[in-house]
Amino acid sequence: MIEFIVRRVLLLIPVLTLISAVSFGIIYITPGDTAKNALMSPSGGANEKAVEEFRIQQGLDKPIHIQYLTWMGKVLHGDLGYSYMTNEGVSDAILRTFGATLKLAIVSMLISLLIAIPAGIIAALKHGTIIDDLFRFTALFGVSMPNFWQAYIMIIVFALFLKVLPSSGYGSGDLSHIILPAITLGTGYAAVTMRLMRASMLDVLRQDYIRAARAKGLPEYLVISRHALKNSLIPVVTMAGLNFGYLLNGSVIVETIFSWPGLGKLIVSSILTKDYPMIQGCILFIAVIFVLINFAVDLSYAYLNPRIRYETRN
Amino acid sequence: MLKVSGLKKTYITGTFHKCRVHAVNDVSFHITKGQTFGIVGESGCGKSTLGKCVLRLTEPTEGKIIFNGTEITSLDKESLRSIRPKMQMIFQDPDSSLNPRKTLGQSIAEPLKISEIETGRISEKVEELVRHVGLLPEHIDRYPHQLSGGQNQRAVLARALALEPVFIVADEPTASLDVSVQAQILNLLKDLKHEYGLTMLFISHDLELMRHMCDRIAVMYMGKIVEIASVENIFHSPMHPFTRLLLNENENDSEEISCASGISNICCYYNNCPLKTGKCAHDIPYLTEHMQEHFVACHNIKSMHIIEND
Repeated sequence: MIEFIVRRVLLLIPVLTLISAVSFGIIYITPGDTAKNALMSPSGGANEKAVEEFRIQQGLDKPIHIQYLTWMGKVLHGDLGYSYMTNEGVSDAILRTFGATLKLAIVSMLISLLIAIPAGIIAALKHGTIIDDLFRFTALFGVSMPNFWQAYIMIIVFALFLKVLPSSGYGSGDLSHIILPAITLGTGYAAVTMRLMRASMLDVLRQDYIRAARAKGLPEYLVISRHALKNSLIPVVTMAGLNFGYLLNGSVIVETIFSWPGLGKLIVSSILTKDYPMIQGCILFIAVIFVLINFAVDLSYAYLNPRIRYETRN
Repeated sequence: MLKVSGLKKTYITGTFHKCRVHAVNDVSFHITKGQTFGIVGESGCGKSTLGKCVLRLTEPTEGKIIFNGTEITSLDKESLRSIRPKMQMIFQDPDSSLNPRKTLGQSIAEPLKISEIETGRISEKVEELVRHVGLLPEHIDRYPHQLSGGQNQRAVLARALALEPVFIVADEPTASLDVSVQAQILNLLKDLKHEYGLTMLFISHDLELMRHMCDRIAVMYMGKIVEIASVENIFHSPMHPFTRLLLNENENDSEEISCASGISNICCYYNNCPLKTGKCAHDIPYLTEHMQEHFVACHNIKSMHIIEND
């Protein structure tokens, strides 16, 4: 097990190096002069002298590989640099927004799992009946519904007509502000997860050990909870884990519509203002999060599937 | 012990639910206590479905199953559960009949937890069962994927025996095992049968296995039993043309399961039968006793004897 963890952590190094290099390169080839962009005033002009000063101050006059190595050196010391726009520390900005995104991600995930897992199980148990059809149709509807459309519909219904929930914003961090964005995100993921749960459950229910469990007179709820559930959760956990990774990266559309001060909104605004240190820092952060989530998913396999535990031990 | 009469299982398939497949079509037989009753037939003839129906692991469409004087076809879920420990099933593929997430010990212990055995005695009993089926105590903490198919099938046997059943359905228990292991498992099954005084329904496509295992044999063809007789009679004086085909050729060229919509009066073996006459096309032959305890479903047995004597 320890060897497995060490191997996975070592794997992080080339992945992150590659990601940071690629993102650095992409910024380099985007059109426009970085320094000019940074100092551009709303009217479009930029002071030539100030631009030159800024270029030297930020080290933008040096060749790309030197810039990259300098940046990497600072990153390794925990310094992600400062925003061109606000002068706020990049790491401070990420931490500030990540809290909001994390909160939204957790609530959305809970909503999606609370809907998807029971619905998937029920649909599988009622396979081929009208209940199954109904659940599948609802799921299809859920997947087909675009996020932004659902978000506006919910704002119209719950904030404008019923006036029971705030339409947007973070508020003081209370529950009422998170409900609409979390439901919007959660239902989309719930639909896909429910289909997977149903398929996986059906697959497990066809196995002979389920028949054997029934044959020995085990009550049906124990057949499901003891034998079928954990085995059918394996693919669902993989997907839920990856989905959680996406959620943690901040969902740009939903965060923008609901003015949710999260990571997705931060990235979009820094891209729009060409705030390069901020973009770099965010991309690196997202990559780390994603790899860590994947890692956690792999670890959860060991719990759900004894086969994997065995193979890593030997 | 077990009496099955008029058992039918019909699957409705096809786009517009038009197509009915009679997996098991009007099957009747009985098994006396302590006997091993074999069901032989090509793959797809409905023998596995029959095995599952007998234990109500698949709901039969029609017919009666009487087990130890109780009619189990009409039992509600609760009463069925209380009778289930007495009848167990052994499946074809040991890898899929054990939960991959549980160690062999856990799988064998589970039925014990359902029955009213004291908690303290469970591990003792598991060890006893494990030894009984020829496994070692060290196998108790292993997972199914760490063991061979043969070892897993032994564990499946131990799990089935844990509830002290009186009747076992063995559905091709050796079909997915190595040839070298097959004989071991079959002998083990035979030994356990004598030791526990089990009654058994043994399903296979291999007549040679049947000779080794069974007392009486039913030959199935496309959902129907075409011949029932003792082992000696099946091997020495087979009557139905399909039984003779099985005995002569070991290769089974199985054919498509035909989709019979509506009721037809044609003999199920009509298309392949060398003895068919006009009568076979509009009059289904039923199982009739042609010799003592030897039932055959064919109109033309007598003519067959004449051909042979010529």
